[in-house]
Amino acid sequence: MGTMVARLWAWFDARMPSVAEQWKIHASEYYAPKNFNFWYFFGSLAMLVLVIQIVSGIFLTMNYKPDAGLAFGSVEYIMRDVPGGWLIRYIHSTGASAFFIVVYLHMFRAMLYGSYKEPRELIWIFGVLIYLTLMGEAFFGYLLPWGQMSYWGAQVIVNLFGTVPFIGPDLALWIRGDYVVSDATLNRFFALHVIALPLVLLGLVVAHILALHDVGSNNPDGVEIKKLKGPDGKPLDGIPFHPYYTVKDLLGAVVFLAIFCIVMFFVPEMGGYFLEYNNFIPADPLKTPEHIAPVWYFTPYYSILRAVPPLFNSQFPGVLAMGVATLILFFLPWLDRSPVKSIRYRGVRYKCWLAAFVVVFVILGYLGTENTNVWGQFRDPWDILDTKDVATWVARLCTIVYFLFFFLMPWYTARDKVKPVPERVTA
Amino acid sequence: MNEETKVDKTRRNLVVATSVAGGAASVGAAIPFVISMWPSERAKAAGAPVEVDISKIAPGEMAVIEWRGKPVWVIHRTKEMIESLKVATARLTDPESRASKQPSYAKNEARAQNPEWMVMEGVCTHLGCSPQLKTAEAKAEMGGDWAGGFYCPCHGSKFDYAGRVFRGAPAPLNLEVPPYMLAEGKLTIGEDKETKGS
Repeated sequence: MGTMVARLWAWFDARMPSVAEQWKIHASEYYAPKNFNFWYFFGSLAMLVLVIQIVSGIFLTMNYKPDAGLAFGSVEYIMRDVPGGWLIRYIHSTGASAFFIVVYLHMFRAMLYGSYKEPRELIWIFGVLIYLTLMGEAFFGYLLPWGQMSYWGAQVIVNLFGTVPFIGPDLALWIRGDYVVSDATLNRFFALHVIALPLVLLGLVVAHILALHDVGSNNPDGVEIKKLKGPDGKPLDGIPFHPYYTVKDLLGAVVFLAIFCIVMFFVPEMGGYFLEYNNFIPADPLKTPEHIAPVWYFTPYYSILRAVPPLFNSQFPGVLAMGVATLILFFLPWLDRSPVKSIRYRGVRYKCWLAAFVVVFVILGYLGTENTNVWGQFRDPWDILDTKDVATWVARLCTIVYFLFFFLMPWYTARDKVKPVPERVTA
Repeated sequence: MNEETKVDKTRRNLVVATSVAGGAASVGAAIPFVISMWPSERAKAAGAPVEVDISKIAPGEMAVIEWRGKPVWVIHRTKEMIESLKVATARLTDPESRASKQPSYAKNEARAQNPEWMVMEGVCTHLGCSPQLKTAEAKAEMGGDWAGGFYCPCHGSKFDYAGRVFRGAPAPLNLEVPPYMLAEGKLTIGEDKETKGS
């Protein structure tokens, strides 16, 4: 039996040697630093979630109907009548939020250890593109259940494009394919969600990993392991990805799936954060729900949008601020002028700014889930403030800190007092 | 330069010309896909005017009418509601509706042909949500100086009973007034003498 398999493999290998070659390049002879820690689980977990989303998505399309008259009912049909349908849908909805949790942690890891710095700028750029595509994917997918939140969320986000000077109204019309969000919009969002963006996403993931494997992985010390090689030509601080990290990532996957299952089986709506209550009401183009907020992963940017007051009779500045808040990520490798990569050897300035960034990101995220009057109003006897809502002013302050983190980065990173970086990785 | 590395100019020019022609053809090939995303003929035909019987809308009441898929509000304003429009003009972004969109007969303080009848699109000029009616009784929620009007739940914009936006809100302009005609308890939305004439 053993020899049979070996002979079959030899036959295959003689005809297509590139399979074994790729396995070597990307797994058995891909040398990764030996000091990966907890933060390094999230790359492989993101790929796991991508697979979960593609598989569960395929089975959802077997019963879903992309038609404004039928969509809401078909989702209820999946939930109630299709055998296992409720489970498949909850896998997909939990997977959407899990995707963003994992990706946010993965991006934060890059910020902690300077993984975007030279020579890994391209990896970071592909990563930001993946993040933006994922936002598009989440947005298009959210319209499909055709609930109240689906409808009004799409209405707001399509109108964001409508605020672009000159071409805006035509652009929004072109995206919707109608004068309001309608059946035409639903149908095309379905096409984009199910075919176009998943293909883009897969291509970007391949580019992300190829770029990574060309230059090699960073690590918590920010030391380039390729600089010090043993007599065999292998990095002294490197270990082969397979079996060392395949096994480690497998453990991460098991723990992740355990948490995933707890959420999926016991709290799939996550108190309205993963699946919003208003989305259990069919879309009504004549009535916006009492309380409307995007799903949690968009709320930091939504808060920024809401915080910026209109200028020159146009709401474009808020939209622009929101757009810049995401697009500025592309420039991170060049904004950061620090000579060291890892937080371990950075000075106190960067640490403080990064901490402030995390705090304002979380506050903006929280405020985006609430109405602007959540923290009450200022007393304003002279009537000088343009709005008295405390939460709006806090969001404005946080928005300023968010942008200062990036805009001041060239200065505070260059002047920071850094510690000496060791020759080899520690621990 | 020997024979092998010398560039054959004629062939190079042909490669460039072919690439340019191929590139232009690819752009051309994208056109049918891009134009297929514009509204279809059926979607364009669905914008006909709507006629409404308003005789049963009592003073202080509001009806929501669907026109072109959008909510249009018809409010039978009371005297107090009309009076409230004079209170807070200093806190409005565009009190005289200079930059806002409305037919010429609605470009006045009441933003209406007849102050008793307010007709406007219930679509926030910020990002298109539909604001909610908040009467003067909603002071606890809307602040002590609230005289009644509308509140957008999406991004917190506030409007008075003429759809004029308060400062400090993300909405830049007053709510739009569609073309309409009022006659003997009947309201036609989407058509007026100006649009009919043209």
